[in-house]
Amino acid sequence: MNRFTFVDCATVDEALSQMKGDAVVKAGGIDLLDLMKDGIVSPPKLVSILNVRSLHSIGLTDRGLELGPLTTLSEIAEHPEIQQRYAGLSDAAGHAATPQVRNMATLGGNLMQRPRCWYFRSTDFDCRKKGSSDECHALQGENQYHAIVNNKSCAMVHPSSTAVPLLAMDAEVELTSKAGKRTVAMRDFYVAPEVDLQRETAVKPGELITAIRVPSPAAGTRSAYQKYGEKESFDWPIADAGVVLEMDGRTCRKAAIVLGVAAPTPIHATDAEAALRGKVIDERTAREAGKLAVANATPLSQNGYKVQLFQTAVYRTILLAAGQMGRDPSAVG
Amino acid sequence: MSEQNRDPAVPEKIVTDETEQSKEKPFGHFTRRTFIAQLGAAGIAATATPSLAAAATQEAAAPSAREETIAVTLSINGKKQTLNVEPRVTLLDCLRERLNLTGTKKGCDHGQCGACTVHINGRRVNSCLTFAAMHEGDEITTIEGIGQPGNLHPMQAAFVEHDGYQCGYCTSGQIMSAVAVLKEPWGPEDKDVREAMSGNICRCGAYPNIVAAVHQVRGNSQKSS
Repeated sequence: MNRFTFVDCATVDEALSQMKGDAVVKAGGIDLLDLMKDGIVSPPKLVSILNVRSLHSIGLTDRGLELGPLTTLSEIAEHPEIQQRYAGLSDAAGHAATPQVRNMATLGGNLMQRPRCWYFRSTDFDCRKKGSSDECHALQGENQYHAIVNNKSCAMVHPSSTAVPLLAMDAEVELTSKAGKRTVAMRDFYVAPEVDLQRETAVKPGELITAIRVPSPAAGTRSAYQKYGEKESFDWPIADAGVVLEMDGRTCRKAAIVLGVAAPTPIHATDAEAALRGKVIDERTAREAGKLAVANATPLSQNGYKVQLFQTAVYRTILLAAGQMGRDPSAVG
Repeated sequence: MSEQNRDPAVPEKIVTDETEQSKEKPFGHFTRRTFIAQLGAAGIAATATPSLAAAATQEAAAPSAREETIAVTLSINGKKQTLNVEPRVTLLDCLRERLNLTGTKKGCDHGQCGACTVHINGRRVNSCLTFAAMHEGDEITTIEGIGQPGNLHPMQAAFVEHDGYQCGYCTSGQIMSAVAVLKEPWGPEDKDVREAMSGNICRCGAYPNIVAAVHQVRGNSQKSS
């Protein structure tokens, strides 16, 4: 690992004044250390915000849930009220990586992870995403874990599990810079490669995530998240789904269905959402929604299996959210 | 930092179980580790110029001015230690290379295997994925801090009793995870223990015995899959 200057900040103001040039913000440091050890990034300066206490908080009010970006995944997973009111978020946080990683990994860092693609994460390959080549090796090469939707310019996937329920729950991210604060909806937070391959999020240079807000769920709202991988536990998702249902008895008033590692960014399955609106949730409507969720898939040479996997993940997560099925024993964790 | 920078006069006092300790004994007061460290030191003395050798032995006390270092005070196994570390030194390397606490193992160095598990302020973490400089004032507990030969932590004793290892390389990380599990909200069944211990990989495949050891210390009577 290359040498760098390390600044330990205690306040947001201090961090903002240190965030200049090529400095990189570090919270838990999990993904960043991984990238630095592999030589994918070599920042000259790290601005550590881990000790900015004002960013480490969980607030629950009538308006909703406000999470400081330094809240760890363990804290989110273990919080009884989050488990009850935001089950999908608690489940996603509790099934990311391992217990040891979840104790150090922060929510802000989980959202800001760099994409997963073994060509991107190897120093042996130049690629379109890195800006060092015109090629995307995944399109013709080894692509079994890559995107099945929106995968024409770059087939990476974003691995954040918490982003999936947060997008389904219509959360927003507060960004603070020296110029002040602004709020970005989760649906605008990730930048798709076809829009700008070099920007992954709406966070601009000099901006720091200072809060993640989730609105209070409407009456009758239920949520769920499930992730599927190759291993029973401790695995990256190859398919994950977050579902939020606003219910009147067994009838769905409104549905949000989000797919995790289907595309380079987490995406709403809008056709599936529309199909559930006003319908009774049962085996048949859930299966139909699963089919619609992957109707626009354009799988690559080795990842056609993910289409079926997402279809099933969506169907089973809808039934889990509706309380008609227990947690799928074949899901991760 | 390399093996040569360790003080060869300091033997490794603590090993994770009595079996390993007895294996080390046939070499008199040498352990495998101190023997290798002395070989390394002798090699340096034979080949390096006197000033380089002197610099090597003084390194811990007076880091070279060209390297930016940060003074950090860590409370390790209840003892406060102030160190000057380069910011890029992971907590794992700091423990092993600077403090000679080699019970914490380096496996993958990428947070995937769990061999480097320690407790920071009572929570288990991968010490390979965090910089020592980030932990000013933090309470760090390593395998050396939870029990010693003759005074084993119940979890260490249970691993011995249930043969929760073969080669032993992952064992200190397994035990640090298992000790943390005692305070975490996991269910009583095999599947709960397996999930709780999922961040620790054992290539020898001693998993059933590890699960049995954890069950014993948690006092679970119920076991079903």
